[in-house]
Formats: sequence, C-alpha cells, structure tokens
Amino acid sequence: MANALDVVRKNQEGLLNEWLNGIKTNLRRRDLIDERELKSQSAEVLSALASAPAGTSLEDFKSSGWQPLKELLASLSASRAVQGFTPSETALFVLSLKSPLFKLIREQKGNSADQLYAEIVAVDDFVDKLALHTTDSYIHGRDQVISRQQEEMLELSTPVVTLWDGIVALPLIGTLDSARTQVVMESLLQAIVQTNSRFAIIDITGVPTVDTLVAQHLLKTITAARLMGAECIISGIRPQIAQTIVHLGINLQDVITKAKLADAFKLALERSGRTVTRVAKTGGPTPSTAREQ
Amino acid sequence: MTGTVIKTEELPIKDSSDVVFVRQRVRVWANSLKFSLVDQTKIVTAASELGRNTLEHGGGGALEIAETVDGIRRGIRLTFSDKGPGIEDVALALSDGYTSKQGMGLGLGGSKRLMNEFDIKTSLGEGTVVTVTRWK
Amino acid sequence: MERIPILRMGNFLLVTIQVDMHDKLALTLQDDLTAKIADVGAKGVLIDISSLEIVDSFIGRTLANIASMAKVLDAETVVVGMQPAVAITLVELGMSLPGIRTALNVESGMNYLQDTVVAYESSEGYDGDSDQN
Repeated sequence: MANALDVVRKNQEGLLNEWLNGIKTNLRRRDLIDERELKSQSAEVLSALASAPAGTSLEDFKSSGWQPLKELLASLSASRAVQGFTPSETALFVLSLKSPLFKLIREQKGNSADQLYAEIVAVDDFVDKLALHTTDSYIHGRDQVISRQQEEMLELSTPVVTLWDGIVALPLIGTLDSARTQVVMESLLQAIVQTNSRFAIIDITGVPTVDTLVAQHLLKTITAARLMGAECIISGIRPQIAQTIVHLGINLQDVITKAKLADAFKLALERSGRTVTRVAKTGGPTPSTAREQ
Repeated sequence: MTGTVIKTEELPIKDSSDVVFVRQRVRVWANSLKFSLVDQTKIVTAASELGRNTLEHGGGGALEIAETVDGIRRGIRLTFSDKGPGIEDVALALSDGYTSKQGMGLGLGGSKRLMNEFDIKTSLGEGTVVTVTRWK
Repeated sequence: MERIPILRMGNFLLVTIQVDMHDKLALTLQDDLTAKIADVGAKGVLIDISSLEIVDSFIGRTLANIASMAKVLDAETVVVGMQPAVAITLVELGMSLPGIRTALNVESGMNYLQDTVVAYESSEGYDGDSDQN
C-alpha cells in the first residue's frame, strides 16, 4: 500500500508550486485561463487528493474516498471544455502532476530502489486513471450537450398534428433509431392525453427503413396507446417496408395499417362516427363538408 | 455489478403496507436523482414487483436503496434480500407467465426488463438476494 | 378498515382509485365490486385510474380479474385514464391486459358503457322490465 499520499499531505505547498511551474513551461494557455484561476484550481485538486480519508489507497481507484476528487475533476473538466480547452489539454493538466510527484517521492524515499519503484508505479497508475476520468467527463459533458440539442431538434421535427377533433397524426421523417423512437413515442402518448384523442395516426412515409427494434418500439407504443384508450393506425407503409416487415417476421396482426395517410384519416373519421359527404351544388360555398353524425 | 455505492437507505419488508412504503421511498430517491418520469415509473414498478416477491415468496426481508456512481454516470441500485425458501429454478422463474404457488408471475422477468442491470443470488432453504440497477 | 368507495350511477358502478393501494386493499375492492355488481344488477363498471402513478403486475391482474368476474355477472368493465408513463411501463413489464376495455377518460368511458348496454338491450329483445328493485 503506497504512502505516497502522506508525502503529498506533508508537501502540498511545494508540490503545488512545482506543478504550476511545469504547467507554465509546457501547457500554458494564457489566452484561456489566467494565473490566479489556474493556481486556485490546482490547489483545489491537491487539497482534494490530500484530504482523502485515512485508509483510502491509491491502488483502489474505485474507493468511495476518491469520489470528491473525481467530482472535482469532472466539474473542472466541464468548465475547461466551456473555456475552449481541448480534451488532451485537459488530460495533460492532470498528467503533468506526475513529474513533480515522482520528484518528491524520490527525495523522500530515494534509499530503497524497490520501495521507490512500488511508489512510482502506484502513483503513475493512479494519475493515469485520473487523467482518463477527466477525459471521460469532458466527453460526457459534450455528449450531454449534443443529446440535448438532438432532443430539441426532435421536438421541432416531429410535431404531433391534430387532424380533427380527437384524431392526431404523427408524421415521422428520417431514420428511426432506438433512442429517437422512444422519445418520439413518449411525446405521441403525451399528445394523445393532452388533445383527448381516441385515434392516433403514425405515418411512416418519410421513414426509409424499419428494423426489428424500431418495429418493436412501434408495437409497444400501439399497445401502450390502447391501454390508455386510444387506437393507433400506421400509414405510409411503402412496399419495401412491407417486404421488410414480412421478412423479419414481425407480427402486425392486431395493428391497423393503411397505405396512405388519407385512408387512415378516413378510417379514423368513420370509427369516430363521422362521414365526409359531398354537398350537391345548390350554390353553397363549399363543395364538401365533414358532417357529424 | 459495476459502480461505487455512495449512500444508502434500508427498509424492512414485513407486510403489505411496507411494500407501499417501499414504493414511496424509491420514488423519492428516483426523483432526487432526476430520472425522467417514465424512468421513475419503471424503477418504482420494479421495486413494487420485487418487494412483493420478497414478502410473498421470501416470507419477508429487506430492501437497501443505494445511489451508485460508475465513472460519470449515476444510478439507483435496489437490493432485495430474504431468508426464505430460495428459488429452485431461476430460469423458469424468469420466464414470463410462470406462476409459482405463491404467484410470482411477471414480477422477476418484468423487473429485469424495467431495469438496466439485474442480478440474483439464491440458494434453496437459505434465501434470495435480487439486485437491480438503473442508470441515468 | 379502509375501503375504496363505489358510486352508483343508474345501471353503472363508478370507482375512482386515488390511493397507492396495498395488495389487501386491491383484493377488498375486487370483493366489494363483485358483490355490488350482483347486488344491484349493474350492467357496467367504470374504473378511473387517472390518479394512479404506479400500476404493477398485481394491480394489473386485479383489474383483469374484476373485468372477468363482472363479465360473468353480465356487466361490462371499462378502465379509464391510464397515464402514459404507466402504460409504457406496463407494456415493458409484459402486461397488455388484452381482455380489458379502456378509454381516455370518464366521459368517453361512460359513453362506451351507455352505447354497449343499450346495444345489448336492443339486440337481445330486452323488454325493459326488471325484477330487481
């Protein structure tokens, strides 16, 4: 078990200065971060490292004692990303801690080669993991921004349209992947509740391919809608998709499907007790009107 | 199971009102971890299923709710344990539609579908421990 | 002992489940409803679950049982107002409750019952006469 940690605890000030000197020499981005902020961030990291509870060992990266340090690095990484640092620069910030640490350990334990080796290996491994963790956080932060943007785009690109009182339609456009389908389906079910619609038409004219996973999601959505008291009709099934569905052995027995959205709409109107009739030309203003029965 | 446990809460499962309390506490935890409404519903429903199993099949036991961290992602972990008769055929119990004398029905397999990770340790005459995790 | 109240509206019974039910309460409801259907000769049962945030397999089975028992006693059951998150979860759980009639809300549920019961009465040559109360 390495007591490099004790070394850190007893020499925080000196270690901090060495570390900052190293950063200034190699990694300085004066344009992105100022001296004071860099110093305070680095001091915070060393402080979190030093204040790991007694018994926390460098070899056990998963220990809960390292959680505060990990969280600090995650938020530091996030702010670095915002400031414009690259992932490598952010990782190098952590990795540059090795050099002053090794130097310090050698000064304190220079006598025994074996002990020195053991300490160096433990610290080396630990700092590597910290750097990787920092990079992961950076990427994770960026991923979250991307997925939030995707969701917003999703909401804009798949609006649920009210075709008539109690009949909504969801025209899907583009490739459906598993995640997107789930989001879209949830919003359809929400819309059904909000608009009090007994019928929901899911039009997939704009969807190039359907695979088993997407088909399963569609079927789950239809079942969920049914549990809520609404009926789904799938329309816009192109011949290729029809073939794929049969080839994949997807069972659409209980599902109403129509080739065209218009047919689906007509069915929904009929099922909700309405017909569309053409009014004879007696000089009336409209040639056809939907009549409630 | 992956991840490090940060904090926990223990709840006894001794009668059916305990199962209601389990649902409420799991809901509070899932909400504080900011899971979406649908995810919260799945987590609480899984807890209800497994809590009932612990009571009906296991003769009573306990639940440990935990917040867990794995690298970046956060999750909720539920560990149900009992000192009951154990499950003789886990594969059978996990298959849908299977109902033992005490009526496990969809509970076990269903919970597995509702969560991201599922683990079960059981031995006849000694008891069962079911651990499930859902990540954000 | 707590019970879920059952309201009577003419030929129909109306139940609104608002509490997080423990198993015993659900079973009591099942018993109470079946008894009442037989007692008053109800033709329809409407169960409003719009306040239920959790429906697990036990509650699901209870609803299915109620519908089956009601059918045997010559009454139609409709379950209304299931929340989207609940519906999604039930499907994931593997319960699709095939035998149960559903509706979006109390109003459409009542409309359904009225249509169904009327249709039954007119098709079976029901003469409108009832020996019960």
